[in-house]
Amino acid sequence: MSRRTIIPFGPQHPVLPEPIHLDLVMEDEKVVEAIPSIGFIHRGLEKMAEKKDFQEMAYIAERICGICSFIHSMGYCQAIEAVLRLEIPRRAEFLRVIWGEMSRIHSHLLWLGLTADAFGFESLFMHTWRLREKLLDLIEETSGGRVIFGVCKVGGVRRDVDAEALDRLLAALADLEADCREIAAVFARDASVQRRLSGIGVLPKEEALRLGAVGPTLRGSGVPSDSRRLGYAAYDALDWAPVTEEAGDCRARCLVRMREIAQSFDLIRQAVAKIPEGPVSAKVVGAPRGEYFARLEQPRGEVVYYVKGNGTKHLERFRVRTPTFANLPPLLKILQGCELPDVPIIVLTIDPCISCAER
Amino acid sequence: MIPMAFFKKSPWLLHYDASSCNGCDIEVLACLTPIYDVERFGVINTGNPKHADILLITGAVNAQNEEVVRNLYAQMADPKVVVAAGACALSGGVFQDSYNVLGGVDRVIPVDVYVPGCATRPEAIIDGVVQALAVLERKAAEMKRRGAPEQPEKPA
Repeated sequence: MSRRTIIPFGPQHPVLPEPIHLDLVMEDEKVVEAIPSIGFIHRGLEKMAEKKDFQEMAYIAERICGICSFIHSMGYCQAIEAVLRLEIPRRAEFLRVIWGEMSRIHSHLLWLGLTADAFGFESLFMHTWRLREKLLDLIEETSGGRVIFGVCKVGGVRRDVDAEALDRLLAALADLEADCREIAAVFARDASVQRRLSGIGVLPKEEALRLGAVGPTLRGSGVPSDSRRLGYAAYDALDWAPVTEEAGDCRARCLVRMREIAQSFDLIRQAVAKIPEGPVSAKVVGAPRGEYFARLEQPRGEVVYYVKGNGTKHLERFRVRTPTFANLPPLLKILQGCELPDVPIIVLTIDPCISCAER
Repeated sequence: MIPMAFFKKSPWLLHYDASSCNGCDIEVLACLTPIYDVERFGVINTGNPKHADILLITGAVNAQNEEVVRNLYAQMADPKVVVAAGACALSGGVFQDSYNVLGGVDRVIPVDVYVPGCATRPEAIIDGVVQALAVLERKAAEMKRRGAPEQPEKPA
């Protein structure tokens, strides 16, 4: 029997953009157990809902995380609108879909780049982020912000995008899509990428379901589950189906995200084609009384917002279940029995967003 | 401001997220990528505090990160400069009322350069780092004037 050693991983580590700490219990070069300790980015955000005005809280909800920022504010606003029984204009719902999908592409490109960096393919990382910058320019042009959009508010969106700007957006996205296809081919077919990802960190379908995985982690194990199928915002008017891969390894999770980028381009095109004319925000009257669960699909998986209002302008309770939190049990499972050099790449393939998970 | 050509050595940078929302962190990473590409000026993002000249901190410092931030600062060799990037790192930003947030980075370690913005833009971060270089030069000159601290003798 070999001796066990514990290797501390984090909170400050070159491969981690955000602090998380894992104690890796090793037997020779194999990881037998991973013990996480979290709390490095906890800001007490849920408690702040009790101090802030419920409309003001929309911009704090956006700052749960700077990568999935727009969808966080969208989810919060959907929950509040449901409690207020507020019907928001259809055009605002379509604009939310367009920005939501742009934020998904930006998040997936960011992730693909970080993954390439984690397995040491530096030039691929640079190329992916070069494409991401083009998308950020488009986001800035339509919303005004690069990573924090600041356009979602209770009752709709803050600004309209006129037809001319939407046409420009489509033209620019078409160029970007062609570039993305080029990058996707490298991730899908390059031999060195295959060797680094194939067969690593396998999460079988039953395990994924039992441990409650969500998002690309779940879809990479062959389960076609996607909260956008609920048809919130304008997703009910669009034609699409969830992307799945069967293998359940790191490569499958990577392929799911790549195909979702292509799908998001398609969703934006459909949304721009179908967007109706009209106002972009409804007047907010009264204060929330009652409770509601809103479920949305983040780039990282399903996110759940719970709000409970008591008729005052401060919420009584605000709760967020983020996808990274749901994906931690599957991560700890697939880390068991892996090689030490594979730890960074496996941790990355669930696309951990610590700042979401800890709030 | 001192022009870049003045510097004889490449400044290395250590980035740490002291409880930010990620917005500023990805903008720090964006500085390294082809559009901005600060590496061509020799600014390298290192993971090792012992190699770093500049400590770039994003986010308000929360209770659990206080010790980590102090520790990272203590591990860096003199002369060293601290840059606080983003509204949260300056004052706590939107999170300053929160029970778990201590406030800006300067509550924990001395800060030399403050970079505003939520999220702070890559241009602003680069400008902040360039200003930090001037501070670094000044600190280096000051150290030289006072004389380098005595080195421990090498064992025979």
